[in-house]
Amino acid sequence: MSKPFLSLQNLTKRFQAPKGGEALTVFENVNLGIEKGEFVCIIGHSGCGKSTILNILAGLDEPTEGAVIMNGKEVSGPSLDRGIVFQNYSLLPWLSALKNVTFAVQARYKSWSKKQVHDHSMKYLEMVGLAGGAELRKPSQLSGGMRQRVSIARAFAIQPELLLLDEPFGALDALTRGSIQDELIRIWSGSDQTVFMITHDVDEAILLADRILLMTNGPYARVAESVQVDIPRPRERANIIHHSDYYDIRNHLVEFLATRSKALAGKQEEGTPSEPSIVRFGAHGVVSDPKDNRKPATSPVE
Amino acid sequence: MLASLNARALVLSLVLLAVFLGLWEAASPKQQLAGELTEYELLMGGAEPKAAVPPPSDVIAKAWEELSNPFYDAGPNDKGIGIQIGYSLYRVLSGYFLAAAIAIPVGFLIGMSPLMYKALDPFIQVLRPISPLAWMPLALFVIQDSQASAIFVIFICSIWPMLINTAFGVAGVRKDWVNVARTHELGPLKTAWIVILPAAAPTILTGMRISIGIAWLVIVAAEMLVGGTGIGYYVWNEWNNLDLTSVVFSILMIGVVGMLLDTAFAYCARLVQYQE
Repeated sequence: MSKPFLSLQNLTKRFQAPKGGEALTVFENVNLGIEKGEFVCIIGHSGCGKSTILNILAGLDEPTEGAVIMNGKEVSGPSLDRGIVFQNYSLLPWLSALKNVTFAVQARYKSWSKKQVHDHSMKYLEMVGLAGGAELRKPSQLSGGMRQRVSIARAFAIQPELLLLDEPFGALDALTRGSIQDELIRIWSGSDQTVFMITHDVDEAILLADRILLMTNGPYARVAESVQVDIPRPRERANIIHHSDYYDIRNHLVEFLATRSKALAGKQEEGTPSEPSIVRFGAHGVVSDPKDNRKPATSPVE
Repeated sequence: MLASLNARALVLSLVLLAVFLGLWEAASPKQQLAGELTEYELLMGGAEPKAAVPPPSDVIAKAWEELSNPFYDAGPNDKGIGIQIGYSLYRVLSGYFLAAAIAIPVGFLIGMSPLMYKALDPFIQVLRPISPLAWMPLALFVIQDSQASAIFVIFICSIWPMLINTAFGVAGVRKDWVNVARTHELGPLKTAWIVILPAAAPTILTGMRISIGIAWLVIVAAEMLVGGTGIGYYVWNEWNNLDLTSVVFSILMIGVVGMLLDTAFAYCARLVQYQE
């Protein structure tokens, strides 16, 4: 078995309890592999540690146990190899949209001339539809959608090996979200970017992802299932809902969030497989991972 | 509507000024004519009128006279108002920028390092409430120069607001922005320059503005003590000359210069202001 591009090995995060109490285990023994160029979404209820996982991938946080290996090297500390888009945009408000991108490009490609940096930044700003003067505005003079576009342009412009998106569309209205999703998928398909994205939106996940990871509720959260989305690309919001698998996947996800995320929650006994069971929809209905010795993922929940 | 509000405010200000000056003028006792002197005054020679606060008309005349030739120098005790203010500004600005040169880097250090904050905090808390003038005797003894001592007093009084505000501003930079710097692998210097300094600049500028105000307050008192030159010395000297017109005039000048200094810093503060 070849090593995946990115692997999370026995990742555990505990928060030290105030004096004497028991430490709070947010998640335990998370094992995952992500291939190069894959678009992976992760879904789970608040507090299950999705953002903590993302921050550990980014290098902004450290796991209590376990490790993240990217390209054969252990992740320690933040790096330009991993770009991040946060829900709150994280633009520097005293810089123009363009400067917010150029400083990042400059940091990534130190030997480039001013003109190269400018042209490269403009290329990505144009990709997200910011040009013709809007790039000279400060973030406070841009709408939420525009700001998130700048943030996405910045993340893509540094051409990281792994792109981390922390609920990037959470604060946007549905229409804006739709159009930025389209832009995101367009830019992504033109690159070989690996993407790891947190979302709360089931439809968004199906539209964007190759694979959707489902997390149980915390504490002792874990990635319980990995749902393969085999709907062919390019996918379009209008057509995807007519695909035969769409509602099977959607129902599966909703059902997980509604009931199974709770039912499967809690501390696992020793010896339970720590890899998520693979769920795949297709012509033959549900195929569960053969090595999963628990009840089939789609069996009715008591 | 805004323009009309400004216009109305201006009119109201002028009316208030006119009323105030009118009342002041009316309240100032007129010099009595010789014919109305009492017998006692006649016996006493009659010529000595009672000293009083001069009416605004005298002050305006004095201001005109002084401001039309502000830079004359006729010996140690007779210099133009421009020269006196120039000396005061020189002391204030040199002490002030000396303080900024130390307060801002140290403030950065304290703001970025909780260890330094905890270590230096007791010193700051003890030194800060000391009246700047209390340092004067020690400064005079150690420095042995009244000029430099005045500058030192300005230095010591303007350092605290800048130090504390810089530390506060630097420590309060949003974690998101610091994370932006970290994820883009900016070194410590670049992080300070690209992220922390602009983020903390409005708070730092507020500290600098408070400091310049305090420095201008303190310089008058300091110059009354050290003497020789400066607007504070000028006030005290005219008081010793019993020239109350000049005293009132110089009080007004202190106010005007203080306002100009504050306006300049307010303008700088607007330049570094950003909207989230």
